[in-house]
Amino acid sequence: MAEQIYDAIIVGSGAGGGMATHQLANAGLKVALIEAGDFYDPADEEQRTQLRYPWESPRRGASTRLRPFGDYNSCIGGWELDGEPYTQKGDTEFMWWRGRMLGGRTNHWGRISLRFGPLDFKRKDIDGLGDNWPIGYQDISPYYDKVDKLIGIFGSNEGLYNDPDGYFLPAPKPRLHELYYIDGARKANIPVIPARKSILTKRINNDRGICFYCGQCSRACGIHADFSSSTVLIYPSLNGGQVDLLTNSMVREVITDEEGMATGVRYVNKRNQREYELKGRTVILAASACSTARILLNSKSGQHENGLGNNSDNVGRYLHDSTGASRAAFLPDLMDRDIYNEDGVGGMHVYSPWWLEEANLDFTRGYHLEIGGGMGMPSYGFGFAVNQYNQYLGDRVGGYGNQLRDDIRKFYGARLSIACRGESIPQYTNRCELDPTVVDEWGIPVLRFDYKWTQHEINQARHMQDTMEELLEASGGIVLGNKPGADQNYGLTQPGEIIHEVGTTRMGTDPRTSVTNEFGQLHDVKNVFVADAGTFVSQADKNPTWTILALAWRTSDYIVDQMKQRNL
Amino acid sequence: MNRRETLKSLFLAPLAGTVIASNGCGTIASNNASRITWARLPTEYSYGRTDAEKLTDQRLFAETYFREHELVTIAVLCDIILPNNHPNGGALDAGLPDFVEFMVKDREQYKLPVRGGIAWLDSYSIENFGPDFINISESQRLSICNEIAYPDNQAPELQAGISFFSLMRNLTLTGYYTTELGFRDLDYMGNTPNVWDGVPEAVLRRHGKSYDADWLSKCIDQSTRDIVAEWDDDMNLVT
Repeated sequence: MAEQIYDAIIVGSGAGGGMATHQLANAGLKVALIEAGDFYDPADEEQRTQLRYPWESPRRGASTRLRPFGDYNSCIGGWELDGEPYTQKGDTEFMWWRGRMLGGRTNHWGRISLRFGPLDFKRKDIDGLGDNWPIGYQDISPYYDKVDKLIGIFGSNEGLYNDPDGYFLPAPKPRLHELYYIDGARKANIPVIPARKSILTKRINNDRGICFYCGQCSRACGIHADFSSSTVLIYPSLNGGQVDLLTNSMVREVITDEEGMATGVRYVNKRNQREYELKGRTVILAASACSTARILLNSKSGQHENGLGNNSDNVGRYLHDSTGASRAAFLPDLMDRDIYNEDGVGGMHVYSPWWLEEANLDFTRGYHLEIGGGMGMPSYGFGFAVNQYNQYLGDRVGGYGNQLRDDIRKFYGARLSIACRGESIPQYTNRCELDPTVVDEWGIPVLRFDYKWTQHEINQARHMQDTMEELLEASGGIVLGNKPGADQNYGLTQPGEIIHEVGTTRMGTDPRTSVTNEFGQLHDVKNVFVADAGTFVSQADKNPTWTILALAWRTSDYIVDQMKQRNL
Repeated sequence: MNRRETLKSLFLAPLAGTVIASNGCGTIASNNASRITWARLPTEYSYGRTDAEKLTDQRLFAETYFREHELVTIAVLCDIILPNNHPNGGALDAGLPDFVEFMVKDREQYKLPVRGGIAWLDSYSIENFGPDFINISESQRLSICNEIAYPDNQAPELQAGISFFSLMRNLTLTGYYTTELGFRDLDYMGNTPNVWDGVPEAVLRRHGKSYDADWLSKCIDQSTRDIVAEWDDDMNLVT
C-alpha cells in the first residue's frame, strides 16, 4: 500500500485548527488533524462535568494544577504541565497556557465573541504605534458573517462603528445584579449593551441543542449549545471520511525537502513515546500562537537554518496578550435576596465596549468591561470570609454558630464584579524563543519568554481602576479591597494570564518584517500556513476567538483556491 | 450522598491509660469518655476525571495525615462552628471532618496551619484550664472560641488562634454549603435545565428595577427559541 499523502496536515484542534479541518474536509481534501491531547466529548459520562453537584467531587470544585479554574472546569491543560516546562529571561513572568484536549481551550473559554472593528486593523494610522494589518475590516467581515451563521452567537445590533453588528441570535435578559450595573453605567455615562457570546439562545440547526441556562459553559456543553471547536466543527467533519484524527500526538517539527518545501511533520506519539512522520502537500499550524512559533523555530534544516519561515527573524516576536484588571463591590441593595434560579448563560449577559476612542488619554488603546455577580452555585470557596461585609454595616465580623447561616443568606448574591480586558501595544522585543539548554520530556527544545509591559499598558490599568471604582459606586456598591497603586502596576495582570496571546507569526506584506502573508501563508515556504492567533498584527481589546475563526476560514478558502490553480 | 449510611465515631475523651494532656496532673480517667460521631463521606467519586486525576485522588485518599486526636479536635471545632441542632443539620451531619481532612491533604498550604493551629489551641487550653481542648468542658471551650472567633480582637497572644479559627470557619462553611444539606439551608434553586426569562416581576418591584422596552426588544422571546434562526441580508433576524 502506498504511503498516505494528505492534502493537508493540520496541527492543533482549537478554534483555528477546527475551522480549517471543517472547511478543508468540506472542500473534499484529505485531512490529518493532529492534537497533542486526548479525545474529549462533554457528552461522554466518563468526561462529563456539566450539571454535577459540588458534592460529587471530594474537593467540591476547588482548583487543581491540571484544572486551574476549578475541578469541574472542562479544561485539561493549564499554565503548568508535567514534563512540558518553559523558561523566562530576566525578570519576565510570562504565564503560558496550553490546552491538551480535542478542541483545545475552546472547551472552557468564556464564549465572549467580539468582532474586531475597522479601527482595530489600522491602529498605526491612529496612534503611530505598532503596525497596521495588511487587511482591513472589509476583507474579514464576510467571514465574520459566515462564522456568525455557522456557529451561532447572541448579541445585539447597536450600530457602533468599531464594535460592528453581526448576524446575532437574541440576547438573554439581564439578571438583577446586571440591572444594577446598567443603571450605574448610565449614571456614569458609559455605554452598556447585551453581551456577545457564542451560545445558542435559539435553534440554528437540528444538530445542536438550545441553551438550557445552567450557566456552566466553562464545563463544556453536553448538548452542544455553546461553541467549542470539537463539538461544532470537528465531530461533524469526522463523519465525512475525509479526516484522520491523531490524538496524543506532539508535533516536533515540520519536515522539508531539498528545495525547502514542507513535506509533512514529525511527531511523538505520547502513548508509546516514539516518533513518526506524516506526509502532506500542505501543513497548517494552528497549535496556538506560541506553540506554532515553537514548532517553526524547531524546524531547522539546511534551507532553514534559523527555523522555518524565519528569514525575517520575526517568528516569536511581537508576542502580546490582553491586559486585565478586576475589582468587586458589595451591593447592600442586594442583601437578603429572594432566592430563585438565575444561573442564566455561562458568564455575563451585559458588557461595556470601549467608549473613549476620541478621548485624549495617557495611553492609546482601549479596553472593555465584563460584568460578574449573581446567585451562583456554591462550590469550594463559598462561605469563606462569610460575614466580612458586616464591617460596612457596623456589625461584628466573625463568630460561630447558627447565626452564620443568617449571614450566608444575607450576603448571598450581594456582590458585583468587573473585569477589564484591554489592548496592549505589540513590541519587537517581547518574544518567545528557543531556550538553548532546556528540553521537554520528549527531548523537544522548549520556549523561553522575554516580555515586559510598557507604560501604555500600565497607564491603561490605572484608568481601568478609576473606571471600575466609578462604575461600582454608581451601581450602589461599596468597593472591596484597596486600589492597587503604582507599586503593583495598578493591578495589571501578568502577561499570558488572560490567555489571549497573539502576534508571534504576524502577517504583513513585507517579508522582512512579517512571517506570513494576509492568508497566513509563510513568506518563505508557500505550502505552510498558520491558522491560529499567531498571525495577528495587533489584538484589539476584543477576545481573539471570533477573529481566529474568520481568518482560518479565509485561509482555508485561499488554500482550496490555490490548489485549484495548481499553485500548491 | 447517603450521609447516615455510615458514621465515624471517635472518642472525644481518652480511653483509660491514654495520656492526652501532660498538664502535670497525670492521666485523666476514662469514666468521662464520650464519642463524637459524624456522617462519613464517600472515598470513591466519579466526576469526569482523567486517568492522571483519578490517580491523584486515590493517592490523597490513601494518605494518612492527621492523628486521631487532631481529627477529633477538628470534629469538635466544626461542630461548634455549625452545630447539628438545626432542621438542616450541621457540620457533623455533613461529614465535615472527612472533608477537612481531604482538603488539607489536597492543599499543602493548609497542612501546617491546621496542625499548628490545633497544637496552639491545646496549648492555650492547657495553660488556662488544665486539659487540652477536647477534654475541657463545653463552656470552657466556648470561652476560648469567644476569644478567637472575632478578627477584631487585637490581643497579640491570640492572633495565631484567630487565624486558625478563621480557616476552620471557612472550611466548615464551604464544606457544609457544598452538600445537599447546605443547598437546602440556602434554598439553592439552580444547576438544573430551565428557560431563563428574566428577573421575576415581584423581585423587580421590590428592587425598584424594570426592563426598558428598547433593551427587551434585543432579548429572546422564549416562545420562539425552538424556531430555526434565519436572517435577511441586513442582519435582521426574521424568525
